[in-house]
Amino acid sequence: MAEHTVKAFDEDIGRLRGLISQMGGLAEEAIDGAMRSLQRGDLDLAQEVRAADKQIDAIESEVERLVVRIIALRAPMANDLREVVAALKIAAVVERIGDYAKNIAKRVPLIEGEHRIEPISIIQAMARMAAEMVHDVLDAFAARDAKAAIEICERDNALDDFYDAIFRTLVTHMVENPKTISEVAHLLFVAKNLERIGDHATNVAEMVYFAATGTQMAEREKGE
Amino acid sequence: MTQKITAHDVNVFYGEKQAIRQVSIDIDQEDVTAFIGPSGCGKSTFLRTLNRMNDTVASARVEGDIRLDGEDIYSKDMDVVQLRARVGMVFQKPNPFPKSIYENVAYGPRIHGLASGKSEMDAIVEQSLTRAGLWAEVKDRLSDSGTALSGGQQQRLCIARAIAVDPEVILMDEPCSALDPIATARIEELIHDLRGRYAIVIVTHNMQQAARVSQKTAFFHLGELVEYGDTNDIFTNPREPRTTDYITGRYG
Amino acid sequence: MTDRAPTDWRTDAMRRRIVRRYGAERRFRMFGLGAIILSAGFLAFLIVTMVMQGAAGFTETRVSLPIDFAAAELTVTPEQLRGDRGNLALAGAGLEGVVDGAAGAAFAQQGGAELLSDGAWLRVRDTLKANPGMLRGRTAIDVPVATDIDVAYKGDGTPEAEQVVAALGDRLSRGLNRDFFGNADATDPTRVGIWGALKGSLLTMFVTLILAFPIGVLSALYLEEYAPKNRWTDLIEVSINNLAAVPSIIFGLLGLAVFLGTFGLPRSAPIVGGLTLALMTMPVIVIAGRNAIKAVPPSIRDAALGIGASPVQVVFHHVLPLALPGILTGTIIGMARALGETAPLLMIGMRAFIAAPPEGLTDPATVLPVQIFLWSDEVARGFVEKTSAAIIVLLVFLLAMNGVAIYLRNRFETRW
Repeated sequence: MAEHTVKAFDEDIGRLRGLISQMGGLAEEAIDGAMRSLQRGDLDLAQEVRAADKQIDAIESEVERLVVRIIALRAPMANDLREVVAALKIAAVVERIGDYAKNIAKRVPLIEGEHRIEPISIIQAMARMAAEMVHDVLDAFAARDAKAAIEICERDNALDDFYDAIFRTLVTHMVENPKTISEVAHLLFVAKNLERIGDHATNVAEMVYFAATGTQMAEREKGE
Repeated sequence: MTQKITAHDVNVFYGEKQAIRQVSIDIDQEDVTAFIGPSGCGKSTFLRTLNRMNDTVASARVEGDIRLDGEDIYSKDMDVVQLRARVGMVFQKPNPFPKSIYENVAYGPRIHGLASGKSEMDAIVEQSLTRAGLWAEVKDRLSDSGTALSGGQQQRLCIARAIAVDPEVILMDEPCSALDPIATARIEELIHDLRGRYAIVIVTHNMQQAARVSQKTAFFHLGELVEYGDTNDIFTNPREPRTTDYITGRYG
Repeated sequence: MTDRAPTDWRTDAMRRRIVRRYGAERRFRMFGLGAIILSAGFLAFLIVTMVMQGAAGFTETRVSLPIDFAAAELTVTPEQLRGDRGNLALAGAGLEGVVDGAAGAAFAQQGGAELLSDGAWLRVRDTLKANPGMLRGRTAIDVPVATDIDVAYKGDGTPEAEQVVAALGDRLSRGLNRDFFGNADATDPTRVGIWGALKGSLLTMFVTLILAFPIGVLSALYLEEYAPKNRWTDLIEVSINNLAAVPSIIFGLLGLAVFLGTFGLPRSAPIVGGLTLALMTMPVIVIAGRNAIKAVPPSIRDAALGIGASPVQVVFHHVLPLALPGILTGTIIGMARALGETAPLLMIGMRAFIAAPPEGLTDPATVLPVQIFLWSDEVARGFVEKTSAAIIVLLVFLLAMNGVAIYLRNRFETRW
């Protein structure tokens, strides 16, 4: 794509993309940090993750301001307009993803009782998968890659399957170890949060697809 | 949707230079159609072929088939003077005649014999000025010179002058390029009001204006019609990369 | 690329440049003002000299001539004096001899009848016709004096004439020379008039205007609005431009050859003069007209065409009215040039001595500039002031024409 005649427009768009990818990085980090603190029972790290969410919120409002400014001053059209609108919506979604990570971090002290529970290790694999989806979808946004967006939507099915498996495992665990029911219940919420993060990543993928092609993603491509 | 004007494989030459290449387009009766494109892309040239104003340029030559309600406008049977009455035109620079406001509007009906008396003429003048949204501002000074009005009023006077001949199509060649934003907004509102009664074709450099006033947009580039479609699609999701580059401000 | 050092706008060099600039500005203004003052001075000098010399040309010197009609025994009755036949009757009765006799009696020492102008008896005749009762008595009539006395009385005569003036004393008087506005050329400067030449000029200009204006304007309109732009119209344009620059004497030769030679039109007639001058004026009108038409903004043409005006309607409803002030200015300039033209008219015989004002377009006539030229060539001293007077008449005529032009222009410019 050629450069805009008005260089400042390119600079604004570049800055917007930078903010989105920075936000994505922070969200990824938050998921990662929350899961590590869960794995290790590191309460300090959990506290850090909760604090880092404020940064994501700050960037989201900066994205909002920047988008309003671009629309007001540059009157973007066609793909520029779609990208700017997508960025605004993606920022809101990524902020939600950050919230889920924060929610996971909040549960760390509640899960971290006297009893060490096994399923924490399988949930790590699910978390990696969700974090990867977030990472890839933001890469797809940066590259305006509609194909990658479709592929990410398909991955959501696998994540949902993963969640179903974990759900059954945790329920079995609760039945076998009634003493750990409250910890495992929290763990179940963690798994649910990760599943929601995957859904949000899918939403972002749809926005990326629209921004890149100008059309809505067809239902079948969402892999439902 | 009825097609008021159909153009098929139109080529326009200025001497050796080809200004329009193989343009085919259908202009709807009910819609405002906007022609956009960079300077020198041929949009004004094409507009002027629609009422044969290019005939006044000695070196201009038009090929192809342009029909108004199915009648070939370049055929020998077509009277060019009557054609221009049926397809009125509003120009870039407001160009009222250096006569009174009344005379400006009455001139067209008079030469075409559209009014059979003073009272009928008065009615035409009032109706035209009203439709052009100028009546309230000038009704007490109809005998003042048209050139004494402000730029925006002059342009609306020119629109009233075009309307007075009771045309079927109104061509507007960058009608707001010499006006301030408020006057521009009034013209745009006027175009909106006139839509449906007349088929309107507007050439504009201002893409926002095209987006605001038109239902159909045609993008011209280097004498070709690159893309033509619903304004909504052209401005949110153009199909052609050249259109995208132009409307997003990436045109070289 | 190295960055330029920031410019210091306060150095001495800069200051000197400013001083020089102001100096140049001031000098230019002085030169301009000087040029204006110089040309205004020339103009004032011209006008003052002309008026000083010419004013006397409008007056005549009269001497009070006592005549005893009762003793003269003129064989006319007061009833015979009415109308044109009165002139004949008085002439037949020997009025001229009576007047000469009366002069010989009254001014024996001063040369008798020689003292009077050749036209003195005509003045007596006109007075008698106005007052037939005089025939029966003795009366004194103011009659014009001969030219040398006239010149002497006005202060520029020969010593002999000066003596006569001194001798006559207060029997001499001055008055407005009405004959000057009623007569044509004559051999005696006291009897000449400008009316013949003025009427000749009017008739000639009339012919010129009637021919050159419509033809010139229509040519200009056709060339600008209709003619295709090709080699032929280029050729025509160049020809017209050249025609405007052709020396006027050539037009005179052309008129001589074509109008007198080929068409056999009467020599010295205003119609031939008008035709010749029209040939000369037409290119000027065409050029001025084309420029004025070109100056009409194309947007007006577009506007008219755009609402379905035919090309003829565009031209006559819009272009011509807007171009008319410019065309009129050009026309007046051309007409003024034609009015002042001498050379081509000499060629077609308008320099002949013509003692009666022309009655129509085909009568022999002369025009103001030619008359001036002829009088300035005369030996008699009386013609000097007549020449200046004629120049004043010509200038007033020109001013009147320009005045009309300015009036018309303003009228058409504020038409709406």
